[in-house]
Amino acid sequence: MEVSSLPLSPTQRGKLISAGYTTRLSLSSVSPHQLAHDLNVPHEEAIEILKIALKNGKMGESNSTHSVVTGAQSAWDMLHEEDMMRRITTSCGDLDNILGGGISCKEVTEIGGVPGIGKTQLGIQLAVNVQIPVDYGGLGGKAVYIDTEGSFMVERVYQIAEACVANIMENHVPQRKDARVCQKTMQCNSFLENIFYFRICSYTEQIAVINYLDKFIEEHKDVKIVIIDSVTFHFRQDFDDWAQRTRVLSTMALKLMKLAKKFGLAVVLLNQVTNKVVEGSFQLSLALGDSWSHACTNRVILYWNGNQRYAYIDKSPSLRSASAPYSVTGKGIRDSTSHCKRTRMM
Amino acid sequence: MANKVISQMGLPKSIANIFAARNILTSKDALSLTEFDLMELLDVGMSDVNSAVTHISEMTCPPYQTALSLMEERVQNEYLAGHLTTRLKGLDEALCGGVPFGALTELVGPSGIGKTQFCMKLALLAALPTACGGLNGRAIYIDVESKFSSRRLIEIGAESFPEVFQLERMAQEMAGRILVLRPTSFAEFTESLQQVKLSILQNQIKLLIIDSMAGFVSGENDRDMKAPKQHSLGWHISFIKSLAEFSRIPIVVTNQVRSQNCDELVQYPFQAENKHEIVKDPERLNSHLVAALGIHWAHAVTIRLVLESDSGQRYIKVAKSPISPPLAFPFIITSSGISLISDNGIEVKGPEIHSIHCQGFDDFLTSVGPSYNG
Repeated sequence: MEVSSLPLSPTQRGKLISAGYTTRLSLSSVSPHQLAHDLNVPHEEAIEILKIALKNGKMGESNSTHSVVTGAQSAWDMLHEEDMMRRITTSCGDLDNILGGGISCKEVTEIGGVPGIGKTQLGIQLAVNVQIPVDYGGLGGKAVYIDTEGSFMVERVYQIAEACVANIMENHVPQRKDARVCQKTMQCNSFLENIFYFRICSYTEQIAVINYLDKFIEEHKDVKIVIIDSVTFHFRQDFDDWAQRTRVLSTMALKLMKLAKKFGLAVVLLNQVTNKVVEGSFQLSLALGDSWSHACTNRVILYWNGNQRYAYIDKSPSLRSASAPYSVTGKGIRDSTSHCKRTRMM
Repeated sequence: MANKVISQMGLPKSIANIFAARNILTSKDALSLTEFDLMELLDVGMSDVNSAVTHISEMTCPPYQTALSLMEERVQNEYLAGHLTTRLKGLDEALCGGVPFGALTELVGPSGIGKTQFCMKLALLAALPTACGGLNGRAIYIDVESKFSSRRLIEIGAESFPEVFQLERMAQEMAGRILVLRPTSFAEFTESLQQVKLSILQNQIKLLIIDSMAGFVSGENDRDMKAPKQHSLGWHISFIKSLAEFSRIPIVVTNQVRSQNCDELVQYPFQAENKHEIVKDPERLNSHLVAALGIHWAHAVTIRLVLESDSGQRYIKVAKSPISPPLAFPFIITSSGISLISDNGIEVKGPEIHSIHCQGFDDFLTSVGPSYNG
C-alpha cells in the first residue's frame, strides 16, 4: 500500500515521500520519535501520521492475514441481526410483502416515480408509521423529514396520523387491558410532535443538514427514519459542473449510508424521474444519472399500470424484483382494493 | 443561509484563515467540495477538515421544527395557511379552501380552454374587498402571451360580483389593483420576476399569476433542443417556488400543451420487459397531448389543475395535489367566467387524471364567439 493513498494532507505526504517513506510497510516499524526527526515535524504530528497509517493498513491487510479481522462480522451473525431488525410498515400489505415486511432499518432506500404518483404521500406515511408503539408491533421511533420542495402539508400529516391511530385502536384494543394508558401516548398531536421537519432551500443547506444529522441523531437517539423529499430538487437546478455534482452526490450518499448503519435507522430518499434517450427513444428513468443509481441499497419505482398504482423493486441485494399494487386514500397509503379508492374528503 | 460567511462562524482562527486564504469564503464554497477535495486544497489534516466541515454544517443548517409546532403556527396565523377561494364551490372543497398560499399552482390545458379566463377571475378575487370574500390586495399578472383583456376582466367582474361593481368607482378601483406586466423576451421575463420579488415585499401584493410559463420557452427554442430547454427554466423553478414560500402568497402559472411524439415512451425500461403485464389503455393512446413543460417542471408544481375537453364537455381536473382526491368537474364558460356545472366531482381513477383531451370544444367556441377565446 502506497503512502500516497493514505488520507494525509499534501504537505505531509510530500514530506514522507521525500524522506523515503513511500510504502505503508516502511512506516510500520518506525518510532514516532524517529519519524518526527526524519520529517522535521512536531512529535504529535508524527504520532498522528502513524495512527492514520496503522488504521488504514489494517483494512488493506485483511485479505492477506488469516487472523480474524477487527470490525468484521460473520455472515451468520449478520443473518441473526437482520432477523432482529425491525421494519417499518408502509400500511399496504402487498407493498410490505414485496419489501420483505416493510422499509428496512440500517439501509438506504430510494423511492422514485412520476409527479403525482404518491411519493410524498408514502414519505409522510412512513414518518407516521415509524411511531407506532412497540406494543402494537411498531418501532416507537421518531422521524426526521427533510423537505426540499415545500410539498410537506401538515394538514395531510394530521389526516394520516389520525387514520393511523384509529387503525391501531381498532385492531388492538380488545386484546389489551392497558389500552387506556396507551391511548394517552397515542394522541395525534404526539405523532406530529415526533416528526422533526427541516425545510431546505438550497443544495448547500441539504449537504449541511446531512452533515449535521450525525450530531442531531446523537442527541435524539430514538429517530428511526430519515426521509428526504426529494433528494433531487436542488441538485437538478443549481449545478453547472456535472463532475462535481457527481462527487458531491456520492459523498452525500456515503454519509447517509453511514448514518443508517451507525444508528440503525432507515433512510428513505425520494427521487424524481426524467426522460432519458435510449437508442433514440425516450424512456423514463430516475433522475441524477447512472452513477447515483449505485448509491442506494434498495430502489423502488412507483408507476402507473393501467388505472392502478404499482410499486416495483428495481434493485435490492436481498429482495427479488417484484411489483405490487397500492393505492392512495384519504387515510394514506393502503392496499389496493378495486373499489373504495380515495374517499372524498370534505 | 447558503451564503453564510465562514469567517463569522467562530471557527478556530488558524483554520478560518486557511479557508480565507484559499478563497473559500461561504458555506456554499466549502460544502460544494468533498472532504478530500478540501484536504487537498487547504493542505490540512483529515481531522481538522472534518471538524471544520461539521462546524460549518451546523451553522448552515436551518433550524428544525416539529410538525406539531408547524401546525400550531399555521392555525395561529391564518395568513400562513390561507386560501384564495376560486368561488367554484366543488373545486374549493376539493382543494380544502381554494388555491393555497405559499405554494405553486399550475393550470394546464389546450389553447382556448379557459386558462386565461380562470386567471383573470382569480386576479379579481384577490383584488376584491375582504367583506366580499376577496383578499383586498393587489395582483400581479405577468402576461407573457398578450392574452390579458381588460375589457373581459371588467365584464367578468361586473357579471360575477355585481354588488361590488355597481358601486361608483369600484370597477376602476378593482381594475386598478391588477397590475399587468408584458415582458417581450425571456431576459425581460427573468428581470420582471426579480422586480416582482421586491415589490411583493413592499406592496400589498396578494397574488402572482404567470400566463404562461411555457410561452418563451416553447417560442424561442427549437423543439429538438430538449435538454437546454429543461435546463433554462431551472433557475425560474427554484425562484418561483421560494418566492411563493417566503412571501406566503398563492402563485398561479399556466402551461400550454404540445402534441406527444410517437416515439416518446412513457414507460420504464422494466415495464417494456414484462409487456404482458401492461394493461393497454386505448384512451391514453388517443390523446396525444402532454404538458409543454416536461416532467422536470411537473415535479416542481405543488398543485396541477388540468383543463380539458372530452366529447364537447369541458372538465377541470385536480391532477396533482398533496391533499386532494383526483376529481374532475365539468364546467362551462359564461360571461362571468368559468362556472361548474356540478359541484360534485367525478372521481377519476388511475393516470387518466393526468391526460389532456382536446375534443370537440371548437364547436362550442364558434357558437359563442371568439371573445371568450383564451
